[in-house]
Amino acid sequence: MSELAPGAGKNEDLDSNGHPTAPAKLGYSPVAEIPHQLRVTDTDPKAARRAERQVAAMFILSMVFIMLSLVAYVMIDKYTVVYIPVLGVVGASNVALGFTFGIAVLLIGAGAIQWAKKLMPDVEVVQERHDLVSEKEDDNLALANYERGKDESGFARYKIIRRTLLGAMALFPIPMVVVLRDLWVTPPGENPTEILSTTMWAKGIRIVSDGTYLPVRPEDLPVGGLVSALPEGLLEVQKEEHNLNARGKAAIILVRMDPDQIRSQQGEGWDYNGILAYSKICTHVGCPIALYEQRTHHLLCPCHQSTFDLADSGAVIFGPAARNMPQLPISVDAEGYLVATQDFAVPVGPSFWERERA
Amino acid sequence: MSTTTNHPVEQVGGATAKYVDERLGSNKFLGRNLGKVFPDHWSFMLGEIALYSFVVVLLTGTFLTFFYDPSMVEVVYNGSYVPLKGIEMSKAYASSLDISFEVRGGLLIRQMHHWSALIFVAAIAVHMFRVFFTGAFRKPREFNWLVGVALTALALAAGFTGYSLPDDLLSGTGLQIIRGILQSIPLIGTWAAFLVFGGEFPGTDVIPRLYAAHILLIPGLILALITVHLMMVWTQKHSQFPGPGRTNNNVVGYPLLPVYMAKAGGFFFIVFGIIALIGGLVTVNPIWVFGPYMPDQVSAGTQPDWYIGWLDGALRLMPNWESVIAGFTISWNVLIPSVVIPGILFTGLALYPFLEAWATGDKREHNLLERPRNAPVRTGIGIAAITFYGILWIGGGNDVIATLFNMSFNVLSWTLRITLIIGPPIAFLITKRICLGLQRKDREKLLHGYESGRVLRLPHGEFIEVHQPLNYKELAVISSKEDMHVLPAPVKTDADGVRNPNYRIDQLRHKLSSFFLRDNIERPTDAEIAAGQAHASHSAALEAPLYEYEELDQDPVGHGGVLHHPGMSETNREQIEQRQ
Repeated sequence: MSELAPGAGKNEDLDSNGHPTAPAKLGYSPVAEIPHQLRVTDTDPKAARRAERQVAAMFILSMVFIMLSLVAYVMIDKYTVVYIPVLGVVGASNVALGFTFGIAVLLIGAGAIQWAKKLMPDVEVVQERHDLVSEKEDDNLALANYERGKDESGFARYKIIRRTLLGAMALFPIPMVVVLRDLWVTPPGENPTEILSTTMWAKGIRIVSDGTYLPVRPEDLPVGGLVSALPEGLLEVQKEEHNLNARGKAAIILVRMDPDQIRSQQGEGWDYNGILAYSKICTHVGCPIALYEQRTHHLLCPCHQSTFDLADSGAVIFGPAARNMPQLPISVDAEGYLVATQDFAVPVGPSFWERERA
Repeated sequence: MSTTTNHPVEQVGGATAKYVDERLGSNKFLGRNLGKVFPDHWSFMLGEIALYSFVVVLLTGTFLTFFYDPSMVEVVYNGSYVPLKGIEMSKAYASSLDISFEVRGGLLIRQMHHWSALIFVAAIAVHMFRVFFTGAFRKPREFNWLVGVALTALALAAGFTGYSLPDDLLSGTGLQIIRGILQSIPLIGTWAAFLVFGGEFPGTDVIPRLYAAHILLIPGLILALITVHLMMVWTQKHSQFPGPGRTNNNVVGYPLLPVYMAKAGGFFFIVFGIIALIGGLVTVNPIWVFGPYMPDQVSAGTQPDWYIGWLDGALRLMPNWESVIAGFTISWNVLIPSVVIPGILFTGLALYPFLEAWATGDKREHNLLERPRNAPVRTGIGIAAITFYGILWIGGGNDVIATLFNMSFNVLSWTLRITLIIGPPIAFLITKRICLGLQRKDREKLLHGYESGRVLRLPHGEFIEVHQPLNYKELAVISSKEDMHVLPAPVKTDADGVRNPNYRIDQLRHKLSSFFLRDNIERPTDAEIAAGQAHASHSAALEAPLYEYEELDQDPVGHGGVLHHPGMSETNREQIEQRQ
C-alpha cells in the first residue's frame, strides 16, 4: 500500500459503539502526478445541483414511463394494429409496452451513469496487485497436508486398493451412458439402415398431389410444370403413427418435360410420357427441394444451393450434394391415374454410414 | 471520506453490516473488496454486455416457460391469427403462436428473448476479439480463456436449441440439417441420429428433448461457468491498458463502490432498456409467417440466426466429396464443414494461449495489455481466422447476395471457395506488415517526437520540420512496448560432446519463436527515449519566438512510463486531498 493512502490509520481503535475512531486505510491511493481536469460540477455548486436535478429527473421520468407501460398493458387491446412509419403495420400493444418499458429501464441506467460521471469522484486511483502464487508457508502447508493424506490413507502403499479403486471409478459411469440406449425404443426387428432405405412407395400406390390429396392424371400436368406429390394414404399413416416420418421420406416432385429432352434416367422407362418423379428430399442434408427452372430442367436446393439436372438422371451439376436425386419409377393404373411401380431403388435423403448395405 | 458521521443512513448501513458480519464474517470480504479497483476502458464493456444480455435472456426465458408447451402432439390451431386458423400443427408451434398473439406482452418478451440471445452471442464474439488481440489471455489468465471458449460453444448450443423450439418451418428445417450432419459421422452417425430424434426424423421426441437441454442443461452450465469466469477476474484483478501510472503490478481505475458499481449497474439497465426497445420496435423471427413444420416443405432464402451462418456457409461452399470405403459411406461434403472445421476452430481457440507461450518462451505474468501492433503475428493470426470465418459467413448468405446483386450464383460460390483458401494467408501478411509499420512509426515517435507538419527556416537557411515531444499519455502508451527475443537455436551436441535429447523439439520451438518474433522492431531504451523527447522539445522551442505554444510550458520526461509534469497545477493527489 502506498504512503499516499488518505487518512492512514489503524483499524483497531474503536469507540464505545464499535465504530472506528480513526479512518481505515482504503487499500488504494490516487494516481499521483497525472494532470487532472476538474469538472464543472467540481468547481461550480450550481452545476452540481443541476446535475443532481438531472439525475433525479431521469429517475422520475422512469417512474412515469413504468406507469405508462401499465396503462398501455390495460388499455390497449392486444389485437389492435397501428401503422408506424419505418416499422410498418405493427401490434400496438407490443410497440407501446416495449417502448415505455424500454425507455423506463434505459432512464434508470442513464441516471445512474450521469450520477457517476458528474457527481461521484472522477479521480482514478491505483491499487497494488498482489502475487497470485501462494506464500511459501501456505505452499509448505499444502504439501505437508498432501503428504499426510497420502501417508494416512496409504494410497501409495496399498497398490491393490489403488488399482481396484481406479477400475471401479472407470466403470461406474458406464450404466449412465448405457441407459441412453433407449432414447430410441427400437421396434423389434427394425434397424436404422432398413428404416432409412424404405418408404411408403410400392407397386401400384397412387400419386396424390400435395395439398389437395387428390390422385394425379398425366393430363393434369402441363409440359414444363412441377407439382409436389405424396403417396395415397399418407394422411392415414400420419394419423396412425402420430408423426410426420412417412411424409419426410415419401415426398416427391413430378415434372413433365418433352420426352425428347430427357437425356438419361436412373432406370429404363421410369418416366411416363415425359413425366418424371424424383424424391423431394435433398441428398445433401435433407432439405426439401422445389425450386425448378423449367427451361434448363435444373432443380435448386434452397438451403445449400445444390443443383440437379432432372433431364439427366437428377445428376448433381453444382453445389455440395454428392449424389443424384433418387428417381421413383412411375406408370398409370387402369383408371388412368399416376402410380409408382416400385419403391425408390436407393435410400432417399442424406447419406449415412451403412448406406451401401441398404 | 470520514467514517465517523452520524447520518442515519450510515448508521443503519453500519448496523446491518455488523449484524451480518457477526453471523458470516462478511466484513473481512467487504473490507477488502468494496474498494476493489477496476480499470476503465470502453472495450471492457463488451464482456459486460454479454453478461447483462444473458441476465435478460434468463428473465425473459423464465417467463416464456410459463406459456410454452414443448409437445409435438398435433393440434388444430384455433387462435386469433387468421391465416393459420384450422391448420394442423404441433402444440409447441401453437403455444409459440399463442405467446405471440394471445398473451399480452408475450410477443415483446419473446422478441426480447430472441434479441438478447443474438446480442449475447455477438457480445461474446467481440469480447473474445478484444481479449485475443490485446493478449489478455496470457499468463495468468489462460484458464479464464478456456472457460470463455467453453462459454462460446455453450452460447451457440443455447442459441440453436432455442431456435428449434417454436417448431415452425424454419426451425424444423434447421433440425433436418442437424439430422443430416449427425448421419454423416462415421460409424456411429446413423444411430446417433436415431437416438437424438427418438427414431426416424422428425419423430415426436426431439422438441421436448431440446427443451430440457435449452432450459436446464445448457443454461445451468453457462451460469456455472460465468460464475467461475467472474471469480477468476475478481481474484486476478482485471488487466489494464498501458497508460500513465499503469504498471504490470498495479490496477488504475475506479473503486467498486461507488463509481464502478454505479457505472456497471447503470450499464446493465442501459443494455436491458435497449433490448426492450428493440424487442418492442423490431420484429425478429416472425414464426407465424413461416407456418408449421412439414418435412416436405421449405421456403426460399432460408437463413439461420447469424451465429450459425458460418456453419451453413461452410456446408454450402464445400465441394461435393463423398467416398465409399470398404462398403461404408463417408460424406466428406457434410463431415468436414459441419464437424471437422468447427472442431479445428474451437480446438485452436482453446490451445492458442498455450501454443503462443510455448513458441515464444514467455513465462512472465502479464497484467498490462499488449497493443495489437506489438504482437504482429498474433494479430495476423487473429485477422486471418476472422477472415476465414467471415468468408464462411458470407457463404451462408450466398443465395441472398447473388439475388440482391444480380450475380451468377455459381461464380460467387467459386469466388468464395477460392477466397476461403487464399484469403486468410493474405490477410495475415497484410496485417503483420501494417503492425510492423505501426511499430516503426512508434519507434520514430519515441526517438524524435511527432512531426508537427510545420516547416521552419533557420537563420542560416536550413529548413527543418518541427518535431514536438509526445504528450504524457501517448508517451506512456507507446513506451509500454516490451520486447521479446527469438529463442536461441539449439545445439545438437554441447561442448562436452553430449547429445541434446530434445534437439528436434528445441529446433521446432526455435523456428516457431523466430516466426513470432524475428521481425520485431526494437523499442528504444529509456535513455534514448528521454534524449529523443528532449531533442524534440528543443526543436519545438526554436519556434518560440514565432508562436506562443502552450506545450512549451511542459517538459515531460519519461521514466519507464511514469511522467512528471512540473507545470501542472492540478493533479489527482491534490484533488483527493482537497476533497477531504
